[in-house]
Amino acid sequence: MTTLLIVLPLAAALIVWLLPLNPVSAGALALLAALVEVGVWIQMLVRYDFAAGGLQFSERRSWFSDLDVSYHVGVYGFSVWLIGLTVVVMAATIAYAFWVGRERMRAYMGLMLFLTGAVVGVFSAQDLLLFYAFFEAMLIPLYVLIGVWGGPGRMGATLKFIIYTMAGSLLMLAAIVVYGLSENTFDLVKIGQSSSQWIFLGFVAAFAIKSPLFPLHGWLPDAYRESPPEVAAILSGVVSKAGAYGFLRIAVAKFPDPAHDFRVPILALAAIGLIYGSLLAFRAPDLRGVIAYSSLAQMGLITMGVFAVNDLGLDGSVLQMVNHGLVSATLFLLAGMVERRALTGELGRLGGMARGRPALATVLMTTGVIALAVPLSSAFAGEFLILAGIFQRGWGWAVAGAVAIVLAAMYVLRLISAVLHREVGPAVSDAALDLRPAELGVTVPLLACLLALSVWPAAISEHSFRGDHGGADVASQFK
Amino acid sequence: MIQRPHVDWFALAPVNALLLATGLALLCAVLVPRPWRRGVAASVCALGYAAAFGFAIALYVRSAHGHGVVADAFRRDRLAELATMVVAGSGLLAVALSYRDRAREDHAAEYYSLLAAAGAGMAFFVAANNLMTLFLALEWFSISLYILCAIDRDRIGGLEAALKYLVIGSFGSAVLLFGSALVYGSSGRLDFAGIAAAGGEHDALLLFGLAMIIAGLAFKASAAPFHMWTPDVYEGAPTSVTAFMAAATKTAALVVALRVLVTAFPTNADLWTVAVAVIAVCSLVVGNFAALVQRNVKRMLAYSSISQAGFMLIAVSADSLLGARALLYYLVPYAAMSIGSFAVVAARERELGVPVTFENMAGFGWERPLLGISMWAFMLGFAGFPLTGGFVGKFYVFAAAYRHGWTWLVIVGVLATLVSLYYYLGLVRAMFMRRTEDLQLAPIGGSPPRDILLQTSVSACLVVTVGSFFAVQPLIDLAKHAAVSLPF
Repeated sequence: MTTLLIVLPLAAALIVWLLPLNPVSAGALALLAALVEVGVWIQMLVRYDFAAGGLQFSERRSWFSDLDVSYHVGVYGFSVWLIGLTVVVMAATIAYAFWVGRERMRAYMGLMLFLTGAVVGVFSAQDLLLFYAFFEAMLIPLYVLIGVWGGPGRMGATLKFIIYTMAGSLLMLAAIVVYGLSENTFDLVKIGQSSSQWIFLGFVAAFAIKSPLFPLHGWLPDAYRESPPEVAAILSGVVSKAGAYGFLRIAVAKFPDPAHDFRVPILALAAIGLIYGSLLAFRAPDLRGVIAYSSLAQMGLITMGVFAVNDLGLDGSVLQMVNHGLVSATLFLLAGMVERRALTGELGRLGGMARGRPALATVLMTTGVIALAVPLSSAFAGEFLILAGIFQRGWGWAVAGAVAIVLAAMYVLRLISAVLHREVGPAVSDAALDLRPAELGVTVPLLACLLALSVWPAAISEHSFRGDHGGADVASQFK
Repeated sequence: MIQRPHVDWFALAPVNALLLATGLALLCAVLVPRPWRRGVAASVCALGYAAAFGFAIALYVRSAHGHGVVADAFRRDRLAELATMVVAGSGLLAVALSYRDRAREDHAAEYYSLLAAAGAGMAFFVAANNLMTLFLALEWFSISLYILCAIDRDRIGGLEAALKYLVIGSFGSAVLLFGSALVYGSSGRLDFAGIAAAGGEHDALLLFGLAMIIAGLAFKASAAPFHMWTPDVYEGAPTSVTAFMAAATKTAALVVALRVLVTAFPTNADLWTVAVAVIAVCSLVVGNFAALVQRNVKRMLAYSSISQAGFMLIAVSADSLLGARALLYYLVPYAAMSIGSFAVVAARERELGVPVTFENMAGFGWERPLLGISMWAFMLGFAGFPLTGGFVGKFYVFAAAYRHGWTWLVIVGVLATLVSLYYYLGLVRAMFMRRTEDLQLAPIGGSPPRDILLQTSVSACLVVTVGSFFAVQPLIDLAKHAAVSLPF
């Protein structure tokens, strides 16, 4: 089943690339594949035994035996949720790209499907080298998606993006070589814990850049601004979670001692990123900037939750990964929709879009309200759990988190008022339409997921780790 | 009466098949009427390579225990046969991609004759078992290549390239020869096992000889600091010849370096491992940094081949079974990627009629999707991205270096890979990501007709490049069995 989840989009990508389809049927086929993928995931969700927890739907086949590298995939409770986030967001973004009608539809859709397979692979790989292969494979479609279909500054943005991420990934590759050879296996389930600080830092470098963690976020604003909106949605909604997932699955679980030794510096960086990102989001002059820097902040918060390494923090961080993934994907898609209407994302030239556009106002308002974590929202539950978890590691961290939540309210409200309220901006013409049914069809399901999670956040927070004890589960390396 | 040694003709079959093809192709130049000449000569050459490939497989299967043949001058073992397979495969692809080369009206038959001769020399080279046959084979294929570089006389830079290659290559050969003489003087033996048995540990004469042999082989493998000829020759030679040189010559030189060092100089392993590691690092640094500033695609690929030589030399320097496996595995996707990338350059060159630069590759990816995507895969493979054999190859190389205790070499390799991304992805950027106004679609005068043979060989390279990522186990098994022919 896990293999099906990985192979289905890859096979669909091949079909879309190879068959001489017209743009409409290519897009429709891609969307169909993405929806089938969601269906398969729902099957997995239903059949995953959350009471038992642990690795399920695992498949293992030797890849090359002399170094004990294998194709080993499987899912844990938390990976089920992250895969769910992936397939839902990918389906929404593919639908949006289809509706917008990107140039060279076959290439575009094939790359999106390929990316889906790679991300699902990252979340389910149980072999270090396989994990690395998927981790890198994500980069290939992203590079092209930004580089070919991006905005005017895309060349610089892709270059920065690729150099940053590859620098991290290659350090991780060196770490993987050293770690796997010294343990004589690359199987993530079999491999033992290590206390080497250097190996730990190699992994952390890759994940910290991917997430990103302050001060390694240099690629982030450019990449998020120059991408097509749906690619930005994927980058911040899904791909960044690969970094956080790596922290959880590898850095914390396999390197307990170094994770303990480096807890203070990492938490400090996360806290700085949280506050600094929030401040930048508050000052950013454009829609995408606000969302991009809020993403930096949120990833800092999630990292804090992971490195708290206790039940509350881990539950909260998994919940918040899904929340933030859905929120930022929705926001980026909405930003794309606003930019389509106003031809700019500059907040100074927007405004007053609520008048006569109730659907846009409602959707943006609802998403924004969840993003700023009002009580009863799923983001509130996630942030609360993280803060409670991190509080146990020192009240100072929790203070930083709480300050950032106040800042979150400031930048989200600023965004909403700049787009929807105030007087009508110069870039907003009266002819700009409300959200079309197709756009609602893309955003409303995402919003519905968020609302469902708001009603029952425990769906994730109590169903991520074995017996709902994240700390113990991590300490036992999820075995 | 001179005593004739027993000759194992079967062991010589790949070489002889190619020699036969050489002779027949040369006869085509005089006997076959002009309209059919190219076709017949190319078929003969291709058949020769195919036969050599087939014989190499048969020999590989039947040579589980390597032994010397023909008075121990020649070695029949799986290492030699695996290398012969790579060389013969490269040769076959080189024939396919040169078939529609418009520039060559006059010398088609001679061209294919020399191509087969070079392949024969390399097949002999990788099986050489003493310093005499080693040098003989080296000259054999080198001379063929010197002429091949200059065969298109009206090609700009062709003669210059050939002359440079001749002068510097001969110098390299001379260094190798002098080194061999010193080694002989010190140990009194020519055969590799005998040199090892003489055991001149830290004998000054032997060490000088060893150093010069390493330098001579490094010339052929185009490893820095013995690489000066590479960019000019790769740029000036006909592109199909460059493709063959990049894939086959490097394969032969690296396999022979591995064999000579491991078989003949085990007692001095502490020294030559360091020397090879230093050469590897030099190649990585020089190759990658010089490639950064190239605008001509062939020059960029030439520098990239220097850096790839560096990677493969890391595997040699590990002096272990794992290192040998890494090298022998890596050679397969490497050969496919080099031939494939030069084939794409050749295709573009024929469309435009001018040297291919990053600028005039603009839009190529969209215009010729098969070639564009293949080129993209080759670049990702060189850069060591997953989904290509280049990734697994690099991984094995790093693993070998780490097992040898050289973590610093892993770090150097990783950093070099990072630098290399700039120019490998730069080419992808040039092909796919330029603005529509910059795109140079359909050159003036129309595109030449589709070249089925070239596209087939590029597809074959693509299949090997990507396939070697998935089929690691069978390839590693091949490499493993080949590596045990060496006395580790």
